Order: sequence, then structure tokens, then C-alpha cells
Amino acid sequence: MSGRLYAGIDAGSAAVKAVLVRGGTLEVAARAILPTGWNPRESGEKALAMVLEQAGADSASRIVATGYGRVAFPFADRNVTEISCHAKGAVQIVPACGTVIDIGGQDSKVISVQPDGTVADFVMNDKCAAGTGRFLQAVAGMLGMDVGALCALAEGEEPCAITSMCAVFAETEIVGLLARGKAPGSVAAGVLRAVARRIHALAARIPLRGECVFTGGLAASPACGRMLSQELGVEVKTPDYPQYTGALGAAMLAARLR
Amino acid sequence: MAHASLEKFRAVTDRNVLRLQEAKQAGRKVVGQYCIYTPLEMVLAAGAIPVSLCGTKNDSIPAAEAMLPRTLCPLIKSSFGFALQDSCPYLAASDLVVADTTCDGKKKMFELLAKRKPVFVLQLPQTQDADALSSWRRQLELFKDRLEEDFGVELTESGLRDAIALSDRFRQALKRVLDLGRRKPSPLTGMELMEVAFRASFMPDYEERIQELDALADAFGSEGAEAAPASAPRIVLTGVPTGMGSHKVVQLLQDCGASVVCIDNCSCYKKVRDNPEAAGDALDVLAARSLDIPCAVMSPNPGRYAAVGKLARDFAADAVVDLTWQGCQTYDVESYSLRGFVHEDLGLPFLQIVTDYAEADTEQLRIRIEAFLEMLA
Repeated sequence: MSGRLYAGIDAGSAAVKAVLVRGGTLEVAARAILPTGWNPRESGEKALAMVLEQAGADSASRIVATGYGRVAFPFADRNVTEISCHAKGAVQIVPACGTVIDIGGQDSKVISVQPDGTVADFVMNDKCAAGTGRFLQAVAGMLGMDVGALCALAEGEEPCAITSMCAVFAETEIVGLLARGKAPGSVAAGVLRAVARRIHALAARIPLRGECVFTGGLAASPACGRMLSQELGVEVKTPDYPQYTGALGAAMLAARLR
Repeated sequence: MAHASLEKFRAVTDRNVLRLQEAKQAGRKVVGQYCIYTPLEMVLAAGAIPVSLCGTKNDSIPAAEAMLPRTLCPLIKSSFGFALQDSCPYLAASDLVVADTTCDGKKKMFELLAKRKPVFVLQLPQTQDADALSSWRRQLELFKDRLEEDFGVELTESGLRDAIALSDRFRQALKRVLDLGRRKPSPLTGMELMEVAFRASFMPDYEERIQELDALADAFGSEGAEAAPASAPRIVLTGVPTGMGSHKVVQLLQDCGASVVCIDNCSCYKKVRDNPEAAGDALDVLAARSLDIPCAVMSPNPGRYAAVGKLARDFAADAVVDLTWQGCQTYDVESYSLRGFVHEDLGLPFLQIVTDYAEADTEQLRIRIEAFLEMLA
């Protein structure tokens, strides 16, 4: 079994992630990430080729696809939602994990997880972009930077009050704040706090238990994790490769498929 | 054979509008009604035909939004849009519209509707005690007066008793079909259960309704038809009314691999629920039966929990899904308590879905539903 490789592909709205795990030990053999672009299938195939190349293999024994573009991979052995995959992946990284908070490109979710990595309950944000990566992307774009730079700018700053969570109306508010001389760092911190408060409101519907693990692209920012810990009132753990959590979960499920 | 009987039922009910128009030409009166608190037996006893006017189509909503708030419940907007466009044959045929004050959105919409159609408003109490019952009975007396005056008929005790007997036979026949969902696996899909209840509700002739529903129950009862694999998770869907056009969530559940075995709402299983024992005259019986309906407008609403618990057991449910139309405050607020009841008292997984009639959120809903079903596996 140890020669086998299992792949997980997570085709999110912003990025496609692929993870390869080894049969038996279940250790990660390779990871790759690419922007989703307009063709999730092509990006997914490319990400898969990248991880296989890194591992020096021709093919994976089994593949599980997840993320909003998961139906684009006819070669996958199974499609599983990102909710189940994030739960599975988070427990693999943090065994004491009881709650997963995932801020994705187009939706955010809070997942209550069983010790075996299956989902006990979950909540997702409403139809709009409030509290998602897309909201931060819109705000960062307004400030002429990317999301990573926005999070870095927020580091150590006193957040100013942002009241609008609408990706469209927040623009008016932020332009006003900057015009009144607010420091961009304070505005950036205010935006992160607004997202954290939105997640807090979402999480209130689910009992937070066990270790709270923060996954998804935004979790790579320490400022974001700290803001979330502060608003939720519990220490939020961030895995080393937070953006790959869903793909890792998918690879774990691929390894367990019969 | 079973599916041929379903095709025949569809063919018969495709002529519902035509049959209604024929009956009207022959001099029958038509009474449109909204919520199922209105006892249709009184309309039958008046020699008239009761028809349901609750809108289930998205098409009429944009017209309604010219006058009603966009955030209002889609059922109210759809219903009112039909009145504005004059595009619903059942509303057009109605000589009288009877409207019960269930929720706030509906009762304010009825004020606007009354400028276009003759509307009789039944003031529904929002609690189910003895005071409420006597007040509700008085409302039914006023309704009786109105029917007698408008249609020049007399609603006699024996006429009402006959109408109750007829409607009980119809409910029994519908129950036979809806209870097919108790079988493992169910011989009918959730969409088929909903469609049968929906189509039957527009058949003008009650004897024909009974005959057709009995034929369906016989055909499916004797055959080993299976609408879903035995492994498909069995869902009791509770909450707001659904019909053809507002079937999105029923369809999605089914498409994602669930078997919707019972639809606990007023367009489906609430119509065939067990009636409470009631003494007195026919109006006493009708008042007691209708006020007992556990819609979320009642406060408190103990019957809802009792019903969901019983249906979850009777239909061997694996999970409960609670459907709320956007803007329906009573069902939306009640969902929190229902979640607690389903988790703690029934030990079953629970998912609330808040949506409207439009297709815009289909993919987001699909992810939620698929993740929920993965959770059950």
C-alpha cells in the first residue's frame, strides 16, 4: 500500500489546490496551488500534474474532487463538498479540532466536527459576499493592493469602525474614511475586524467546541487569525498550510475510499 | 402500471381549469381561499367550489414588487402578482375570496386585494385556547352569513355534516397516497407526493378527487415500485407551503440523492393530519378542527413539535429539513426552537433552508444540501 498515492483537488472560486498523500502513512507527498481562472478543469488538471511531478509519479490511485468546481473533473473517483473535506482535513492536522472556520472566496462556513473528522453540523453565510474573501478582495482592490498586502497592512493597527459589510456600499464608507485622513492601516484593520465580527455572528448558531481551526486562504495572515481569536473569545489555531485544508481532506477521503 | 396511473392522474388534472370553467358556466359559484384555516366544508355546504389561491409561481412576483416590499415572502408576492396581472384562472373564477389573517404580510396584502376582488376576511386568533376557539367560531358564523347572503343559499346543519363527511373522505384518500411514503423505500418521489397533493387540490369535483386518489393509492399500494434506493436518506420536509413552481428545494433534495418521504406543510401532509375530537354542532367541529392546525403563526405552537415528532417516527426519517420562505418571520423564528427539538428530543440531524421562488441561489443551496446529506452518510 505504501507505494500508492491519493490525490485531493479543491477547485475553489479563487484558487485550485491539489494535495497528494502517501498510502499507509498518510503523510503529504506534494501540494500545489494555482489561480482558478476561467477554466477550473484545466487549472485542476494542471495542479494535479504539478503534484504528481513533485512526487515523481505518473498517476494517483484515487482522486477526490471538492470545491465549487468539483463537478469539472470527470476523472475524479468521487465528488465531496468542501464542508466535509475541510472537516476531514482540519482533524488530520489538529486531532483535537472540534470546530472549523473556513473563510473562502465566495462563502464562509463554521463547521462542527466529530473526532473522526465527519461533520456534526454546519452553518454558511447568506447569499451575499459579506464576510467572505471576495469582500476583502473588493476592499483591497479599492486600496490598490492584494488581500495579502491588506492583511499585512492591518498588522498592529488600531481598527477603525467599518459598519457596512456590503462589498458595494463598503466602498463609499472606506473612501469617506480615507478622505477624512484615517490611516490606511487602521482602515485595513477595521475591515478585518468587520469580517471577524460577521464570522462571530455566524458561529453563534453552532456551539464552539474543541480546538477551533481556521482554514482557507485568509488564515495565512496572522493578523486575520488574531482578529478572529479576539472576536470569538477563543484561541483560533491556524494550520501551516491553511489554504490546502480542503484538498488535504479530499486526499484523506480518497485514501479511505473503497 | 403504477406509473401509468400517475400519468392518467396528470391527464385528468390537466383539465382542472377547464372543469372549473364548465362548472361555473353551469351556475356553480367559486370561492377562492388562502390558508387552510378556512374550512372548505362551509364552501362545499354552500354548493360552491373551494379553490386555493396561494401563489406558487415566480413569474408573477416582479409585478407584485411594484406595490409590495421586495423582502416580503414570495408566496404573498406571487399570490398578489396574480391578482395584479389577472393571470390566475382560479382567482379570476372566484366569486368571493375568503382570507384568513394568518400572518401580518398576508393580512396587509388582503387590504390591497380587497380593492380588486370581493374579499371576506376571517380574523384568525393566534393562540389555541378556549377564548380563541369561541372567537374563531364567531368568525365562522359571520362567514356563514356572508356565504348565505352572497349565494342566496342556506347552510344547514345536515348540509354542513354532509360536507364534512365528503371532505373527510377526500382527506382519507389523499392520506392513503401520502402515506405511501412510509414504505421503505418510498414508491413515490418527494416531487410526486407534492405534485399529487397540488394537482388534487384544484380538482373541482370532490367525488372525482376521491376516485382518482384511491386509484393512485391502489396502483402504488399493490406494486413494488421504488422511487429511490433503499440506502437514500429519508427526509421529512417541514415548514412553509410548496407547490409546482415553488418546488425548488424538494427537487434539489431529490437531485442530491435524498428521498423526501413526507412533506409536513399545509399544501401536503397538514391537510390529512388527525383531527381533534370535537363536540357540538357542525360549526363547533369545524372551528375546533381548523384552529388546531399547527402553523407557525400560532403562539405558542406545541402542535408543530408533536407533528414533526410523530411524522419523523411514522415515516422513519433520517433527518428533518425545515423550509422557510424569505420574509416569513414566524417560521424563521420558530426554526431555532424546532432545531433544538429535533436535535434533542428526536436525536436527528436538522437543516433549515431560507430561500425564495427564484433560481438564483440554487448552487449555494445545492452545496448546503449535499454537505448535509454527506453528514448523514
